[in-house]
Amino acid sequence: MALKTETMILNMGPQHPSTHGVLRLELELDGELIVNVKPHIGYLHRCFEKHAEAMSYPQVIPYTDRMDYLASMYNNFGYVIAVEKLLGIQVPERVEYIRVIMGELQRIASHLVAIGTNGLDIGAFTPFLYLFRDREKILSLFEMTCGARLLYNYMWVGGLSHDIHPDFVRLTKEFINYFRPTITELNNLLTFNKIFIERTANIGVLPLDTAINYGVTGPSLRGSGLAFDIRKEDTYSIYDRFDFEIPVGQGLVGTVGDSWDRYYVRILEMEQSLRIIEQAIDQIPDGDVKAAIPKRIKPPKGTVYTRVENPRGELGYFIISDGNLNPFRVKVRAPSFVNLEVFGELCKGHLVADVIAILGSIDIVLGEVDR
Amino acid sequence: MGLLDKEFSDGNVVIAKVDDLFNWARLSSVWQLGFGLACCAIEMMATSASHYDFDRFGVIPRNTPRQADAIIISGTVTLKMATRIKRLYEQIPDPKYIISMGSCANCGGPYWEHGYHVLKGIDRVIPVDVYVPGCPPRPEALLEGLLKLQEKIRNESLRKKTV
Repeated sequence: MALKTETMILNMGPQHPSTHGVLRLELELDGELIVNVKPHIGYLHRCFEKHAEAMSYPQVIPYTDRMDYLASMYNNFGYVIAVEKLLGIQVPERVEYIRVIMGELQRIASHLVAIGTNGLDIGAFTPFLYLFRDREKILSLFEMTCGARLLYNYMWVGGLSHDIHPDFVRLTKEFINYFRPTITELNNLLTFNKIFIERTANIGVLPLDTAINYGVTGPSLRGSGLAFDIRKEDTYSIYDRFDFEIPVGQGLVGTVGDSWDRYYVRILEMEQSLRIIEQAIDQIPDGDVKAAIPKRIKPPKGTVYTRVENPRGELGYFIISDGNLNPFRVKVRAPSFVNLEVFGELCKGHLVADVIAILGSIDIVLGEVDR
Repeated sequence: MGLLDKEFSDGNVVIAKVDDLFNWARLSSVWQLGFGLACCAIEMMATSASHYDFDRFGVIPRNTPRQADAIIISGTVTLKMATRIKRLYEQIPDPKYIISMGSCANCGGPYWEHGYHVLKGIDRVIPVDVYVPGCPPRPEALLEGLLKLQEKIRNESLRKKTV
């Protein structure tokens, strides 16, 4: 006869080194196995929508920076595209090219942190240091362009805040040449490391239908085997001019859709981002980067929804304009928030130690979850 | 170094004031609570990573407040989080130090006006030793903040209350 036992509640966070910020998890345990996970959010709710109501259109841009602070460039990108669509203005070619290059550099920088902290949580400290070394090189490119390291406020409605530095093209090419071999180095160091594979293969398997039902997007969805990328599906800016592939998880070391697949998709994506930058960097046309910036941004009445492929998934901006200088409402569809919902499903039946491996592979940013 | 080794080889005596010795030991091993809040936490991570190397000042992240000497409040403190930070602070054994990193922790930062859920400065909840301005502060600024904290520790006395 089986002994009747009770489950135990274990609290994890908000102060925990592996919860990627201030997430609190309520784990229901049966022995060391997870029965249920309840994420508690709201520890970093910074009132984005309230600010968007109170600020004029350009003043909202710095607040979009601070939502997903690992991919600030891309948050600006999505917002300015939405406002430009509302205004019905066309930005110069040069601006489009620079935006794409900055966006893809940002994607690499964001994935470097995601991969680094994923390894760090599991116990691999060295790759974290290697990846931050490479990330500093991207940050110095950004710093040279707009003066900021983390929160840029670089893309403005109708243009950019600064033109690129004369050395930018040369240094970016140098970075590409430098960075390609370090991906191989990373693969040798972490990706195909026996311990890392043991910790992540067959852990937190996300079946494709579950992923679609929960609305998961980004590398987490592509890890489950579906080649869905907004850059291809619903192309924006000038992404249709570049030749790149969408990497998907194939279950190389375990099942399709496990933590290792989600991790490996990010590595392959960095290579594709390098390809896009390589193609774009030689084609930047001459021109002015502030040509289309309107003096007063006052869009007509109406609504607009745009979506872009943030490093974490589908980032959507829904803007309602009532014809004033301030937006009536800005609603953000944050990929981290949606991806977090499937987390409880992934953890069921795994050990406590696997929770952080799975959380690292989903790669959430709490600033974006809570907004 | 060989000379120095010989100096100490046959049981020498070094004379120092108790205050100086204690302060020297304390300021060289400020163990921080490994705890990130918002955007500034990424810059704090960058500071402890390879390029800026926080370790060389003896700053090592500890994951429990009971082993920590300092907290770096790295980012926006919301009302929901403020109570937790207060509790973490109370769990740290004396002497304990707080570095408030970034505009949000100093005074609410960009959320000072409409941020209905943002605490306007962590000093409303716990006492702060060093304020580091910036949004986010550069890693160099955080290093300077640490040097200022070390300066403060160096001038402390055991007879005075440390907190």
